[in-house]
Amino acid sequence: MDSAASSQPAAQKDAKNATLIYRQSRWTRLTHWLWALALFFMLLSGLQIFNARPQLYVGKESGFGYDNTILQIGAENTDKGPRGFTEIFGHRFDTTGVLGWSGPPGQETPRAFPAWATIPSYYDLGTARVVHFFFAWVLSATLLIWLVASLINGHIRRDLAPRVEDLRKLRRDIVDHAKLKFHHTREYNTLQKMAYGGVLFVLLPLMIVTGLAMSPSMDSVLPWLNEILGGRQTARTIHFTVMVLLVLFFVIHILMILAAGPINELRSIITGWYRTDPPAKHEKPTERSV
Amino acid sequence: MAKFQISRRKFLTASSLGLSGIALSGCDAFDSGLGIGGGLRSFLENANGLTWRAQRLLAGRDALAPEFTEADIRQPQRPNGVTAPDDDTYKGLLANNFADWRLEVTGLVEKPLSLTREQLQNMPSRTQITRHDCVEGWSCIAKWTGTPLSLVLDQAVVKPQARYVMFHCLDTIEQSLSGDIKYYGTIDLIDARHPQTILAYGLNGKPLPVENGAPLRVRVERQLGYKMPKYVYRIELVDSFATIGGDRGGYWEDNGYDWYGGI
Repeated sequence: MDSAASSQPAAQKDAKNATLIYRQSRWTRLTHWLWALALFFMLLSGLQIFNARPQLYVGKESGFGYDNTILQIGAENTDKGPRGFTEIFGHRFDTTGVLGWSGPPGQETPRAFPAWATIPSYYDLGTARVVHFFFAWVLSATLLIWLVASLINGHIRRDLAPRVEDLRKLRRDIVDHAKLKFHHTREYNTLQKMAYGGVLFVLLPLMIVTGLAMSPSMDSVLPWLNEILGGRQTARTIHFTVMVLLVLFFVIHILMILAAGPINELRSIITGWYRTDPPAKHEKPTERSV
Repeated sequence: MAKFQISRRKFLTASSLGLSGIALSGCDAFDSGLGIGGGLRSFLENANGLTWRAQRLLAGRDALAPEFTEADIRQPQRPNGVTAPDDDTYKGLLANNFADWRLEVTGLVEKPLSLTREQLQNMPSRTQITRHDCVEGWSCIAKWTGTPLSLVLDQAVVKPQARYVMFHCLDTIEQSLSGDIKYYGTIDLIDARHPQTILAYGLNGKPLPVENGAPLRVRVERQLGYKMPKYVYRIELVDSFATIGGDRGGYWEDNGYDWYGGI
């Protein structure tokens, strides 16, 4: 369906004589915003769920009679009053005000993630679970729709599939990104392919799989899942770690959009139309048969 | 070069604006409407039904929860919820080592039962090493011994119109203005007749301790811990939970948790 992207009428010239191309199909745009919505709610309700047990363990179970905790967020009384702490692999950090102990001045409470980062803002595990599992369906359905549409319209093959030349361009690409020097072409650059491919084919599927692995009823259907993952508590730890990676992706994604030109980037993910660099500025992008 | 300087400054300003926007967005905006009975809440809860049906479809009646080995039992079973009931009835039964305790089976059954501990323990038993998953997120592996619930139901002969098994408990979970609320919960007959659903009286080779629900607690291995009531003294067969508590099927359900605790 994007096969017309490089020919008329899908390309036109704007006032600055730069080329406007139809870069993102309606499926890409629709699923992008559905993910944005679902991931927003899943993150905030997920942090609320984590607050019910602000520890991460490795193995089949949680160690109470022994220690298999690798991360803990908590509060403790000190000479300076209550303080929040975060302990990762035995290294303890004072995170008062954000993690462990937070709230309006004078009304701080012990809570792992602060009220502004959770849905609901007050402690309510039951409600957070309702929100989390509703959007889990939205997220999974969107991923399935995207996969089918992108296989049919060629988005995966044309835009995301890595090529040998991507590897060759990688070094140059890293340098360009570090200098905030962006090329506006129809194709994704190597780092974009890695980031988007990593999120769509690794992180989101891993999130769904580790989520299912934590379900005692799904564990009766797919008992091998927890065996592969290293046990239910390891699955939970992976689930949390993938969340951190997705947040990291989101922050970089936003920074890159702001740096590369937010109007043009936003236009392409809302309307599909993207302004590419004038051909004179750099070498002509290679034409691709589609 | 000058152009680059400006764009970087713009870039930093815009980024910090963007980040503060993200920080604000998590505020209280969604709290209203999420309370039980709220419109938004009710809409989102539709997904619970979908989740339940999907799990039922995939897990069927008889798929078994994973069972573990003796080597996986590395610690005592972590107690949760009420761990020392302060109720006079319970304390009286405990003082006599539950000699006067009975398990009543009532409601939609042909033959109501009143079983002593001895009678229950003389029935065929099942022992299983399973992982207890709490809704909070932690897990703990232990060995449970008890009477399959299906045997008790067969003995009482369940009437065809019965749909749920309700557990009545001896422990007060909440003191409200309208009186003490004792723990209660329901499961459907599919889970009630699941081969691993047992009325447990033994834990890790010893009699079930008070903190884990003595003299009798339920194990429903394909669901979360809040679906396995402790201190059980009466099993009632019902056709709906419209008249039970807040009509959502259990104490925690009435406090906003999903009735099917499979995930």
